[in-house]
Amino acid sequence: MLSLITFLPLAGGIIILFLPKTRQGLMKNVALLASAATFVLSLILVAMYRIGQGMQFQEIFRWIPGIGINYHLGVDGLSLPLFVLTALLSVLSVVYSWRIDTRLKEYLFLFLLLETGMLGVFVALDFFLFYIFWEVTLVPMYFLIAIWGGPRKEYAAIKFFLYTLIGSLAMLLAILILYFNAEPRTFGVLELIRQQPLSGKPALAALAFWGFFLSFAIKVPMWPFHTWLPDAHVEAPTAGSVILAGVLLKMGTYGFVRFSLTLLPEAFKQYAFIIAVLALLGIVYGALVALAQTDLKKLVAYSSVNHMGYVMLGIAAAAAAFGDPSKAQAAATALNGAVFEMVAHGIITGALFLIVGVIYDYRAHTRGVNEFGGLGVRLPVYTGISTLAMLASLGLPGLMGFVAEFLIFVGSFGIFPYLTAVAVTGVVFSAAMFLWTIQRIFLGPPNERWTHLPDMDAREKVALVPLAALMLIFGIYPRPLLDVINAAMTTLVSLVR
Amino acid sequence: MPSRADLWSIGPELWLAGLGLLVLVVDLFVREGRKAGVGALAVGGLLLTLIPASTMLAWEPRTVLFGAYAVDGFAVFFKVLTVIATALVILASMDSLRTRFEGEFYALLVFTALGLVLMAGSTDLVLLAVAIEFVSLTGYVLAGYLKANPKSNEAGVKYFLFGATASAVMFFGFSILYGLTGTTNLYDISARLKDAPAPALYLAVALMLSGFGFKISMVPFHQWTPDVYEGAPTPVAAFLSVASKAAGFAALVRVLIVAIDPVRVDWVLLMAILAAVTMTLGNLLALPQRNIKRMLAYSSISHAGFLLIGVAAFRGDFGTPGLLIYLLGYTFTQLGAFFVAVLIGAQLGTDDIPDYAGLGRRAPVSAFLMAIFMLSLTGIPPTAVFVGKFYVLAAAIDNGLLWLAVVGIINSVISLYYYVGVIRAMYVMPAPTESPVPEPAALQVALGIAGLGTLVIGLYPQPIIDLAKNATLLLRL
Repeated sequence: MLSLITFLPLAGGIIILFLPKTRQGLMKNVALLASAATFVLSLILVAMYRIGQGMQFQEIFRWIPGIGINYHLGVDGLSLPLFVLTALLSVLSVVYSWRIDTRLKEYLFLFLLLETGMLGVFVALDFFLFYIFWEVTLVPMYFLIAIWGGPRKEYAAIKFFLYTLIGSLAMLLAILILYFNAEPRTFGVLELIRQQPLSGKPALAALAFWGFFLSFAIKVPMWPFHTWLPDAHVEAPTAGSVILAGVLLKMGTYGFVRFSLTLLPEAFKQYAFIIAVLALLGIVYGALVALAQTDLKKLVAYSSVNHMGYVMLGIAAAAAAFGDPSKAQAAATALNGAVFEMVAHGIITGALFLIVGVIYDYRAHTRGVNEFGGLGVRLPVYTGISTLAMLASLGLPGLMGFVAEFLIFVGSFGIFPYLTAVAVTGVVFSAAMFLWTIQRIFLGPPNERWTHLPDMDAREKVALVPLAALMLIFGIYPRPLLDVINAAMTTLVSLVR
Repeated sequence: MPSRADLWSIGPELWLAGLGLLVLVVDLFVREGRKAGVGALAVGGLLLTLIPASTMLAWEPRTVLFGAYAVDGFAVFFKVLTVIATALVILASMDSLRTRFEGEFYALLVFTALGLVLMAGSTDLVLLAVAIEFVSLTGYVLAGYLKANPKSNEAGVKYFLFGATASAVMFFGFSILYGLTGTTNLYDISARLKDAPAPALYLAVALMLSGFGFKISMVPFHQWTPDVYEGAPTPVAAFLSVASKAAGFAALVRVLIVAIDPVRVDWVLLMAILAAVTMTLGNLLALPQRNIKRMLAYSSISHAGFLLIGVAAFRGDFGTPGLLIYLLGYTFTQLGAFFVAVLIGAQLGTDDIPDYAGLGRRAPVSAFLMAIFMLSLTGIPPTAVFVGKFYVLAAAIDNGLLWLAVVGIINSVISLYYYVGVIRAMYVMPAPTESPVPEPAALQVALGIAGLGTLVIGLYPQPIIDLAKNATLLLRL
């Protein structure tokens, strides 16, 4: 089942490769079918999922038995929401990309390959397999930015590739350190978690921890490893930005929760404060820099740095509480918030990048925040959805972002009270930034230049309305999602204790 | 007199020698313009060698010809590798070399393959020296094969001058070993070196390294590589960068691991430092290259550095098998990359990377494979060189050489930049024209096999891992 879902997009991509160049409509339909089927199957997976029963739908086959490598997949409450989120954002991106006409075949193939890589990252339970999926996501993303990107696409693409490859290879070293200290040697994640091979070896654990850290922190991205992000996000084509912000960044935070927290709890606890400070810097820095942007896409990109800072604060707080039963409750809350924020940020920021794309790609061809004004009168639907997404992003109660940030703050306040107090100021800055942006774009006197702009068409609505609806639904009634996450996080917290 | 069993054991070598002569004779009777038939004969003959060679995998390791020549998993592994590489190179050259001497070219390649096979199996310094000289001589001729091309002449002469000097120095090292032990057999040497004076041993190792270092393009014996690769016919460059390097590693590993006890001479640290320097220098010099052959030359230097990690970290389950896995994966990938260079050189008449612009549209299959080769050389999974890098990095960590693994990963990141440069040219830069590049059949077959090898080893390396483990299990006897 998991293998089927994971490799279905790739199968679609390979079919597209063999279609003749002239059958563009057919190619698009194959891509849509593959990604939609993936999404539907992932929903069926959700329906079959039993909350609180740990790893489910596991598949394990011997792959390279000579060195203990298995093909091992499985989902739990941490990976399931991200898995479905990936499938959802992918299908919406395919819908949004309907108007791509340059080199369509390559575009669709790379996009579907990327989807397989991302899905695989979230369900792989063997480090070798995980590493392959992790690296497989890099290559299509490089091409998506370098071929279909904006004016500085080549620079942004190679920067993205180089940065993330440094991280990946550092992670490879960390994985190998774990492998050689395990007895028996294995790349199986669950087996390694059970063995805790580096417990009681602080020097090696620190090395492995920083190896993982470098990889995940670049991916998240944490301050000061974030510099690739504005370039990549701004230059990437709209669908690429959506995937980048919605899913690829989550791979970093997912890694922290799935691997750093469970495999190296002692080392993580030791360095949790440093990481919390870095997260805090990301929160404040991201918000302040976003405030200063006049390019809408850059603004959204920097707001990602801010939001991922919240996630990391929650994770670091949970790590700092390791081994302290009195703080277990706070740790679980912070972790729940962090994972919830991953999903929320995926939905909200994915939507925001689509919103930027709607105005930039096919309408105004400019992203300057100051060049608009009074669009609310001209484009009512667009304005409504944009405002909703921006309010969700700044954490307005009743929308998804608020639930996540609230949980993170409540949880981490019990562990890092002072840091959390400072972090809350980040909310003020991001509120200021988004409100000011709404004011500059949608309110005020209508700018004469844009009187001819049409409102969103059906295709764009199909891409955006589901996301807007999810923000609202999970904002008002987060329980179904939280239950799934909470069960997994409770297991995880108790596992390493 | 060698016994009949001895002769049977060197069947593949005898067959190769006979094949070389046969190709030479047949060439006399084939009219110019139809010489590709001679190439096909050579390829067919080479592939037949795989049959006796592969049956040898199941044999007990043994030495023949009075202990001078080993028939063990290690030697058989290199037989297979050399034969496959040679056959692919001949396939790839059949469409690009249209000269009167085409048949001799194939014969020379077959003879070189014989020499390389002998290098990998020699357990006696005299036989090893003869094999190395044999390979060198045919190599000089191959490098200078394009008589009318001054660059090719330069390549031949340069290769000769460097090679002759390196060999001479190496033989001096051999003679010191002989002087210390009174024998030329590697296994006897290893037994008698116990009370040899350490300074003399160090000197012998250092001198020998110059010869092996030359063959594998190890810094500081690497200077010939870019010039020779650039000037030599592209298939020859491909051959030198793969088969010749592999045999060099085979000889290096056998001499070091069998004969020289690392407790007496600390060659582990020496190899680790040389590995780090070779990787880094090769990589940094590859960065500014615009000519694909020079770029691949410097990148092959840097890969020699990676392979040396496998030599330095030879203890445990990862080092020497890792070296072999890396070599095999690198063989397919590097050959594939050079074959694309052959294609472009023959069809567009250029070796400059910017001229690869728009290849993604003009020759989609070749460009796609080239992209895979470039990613494989960088070490992106799931490809063959990734498995090799994974193994040697694991070996470094297993052997406590964490710093070397760190140098390795930094170099992988650096190398990404110039490998992606090729991909960028092919897919991102606009094509000067949209006219498709013709892709000849034989070359496509060779390219396809190289691409298949790269991906299959990357996705399912277990058979290769088993093969490599068997090959190294009994190396020390």
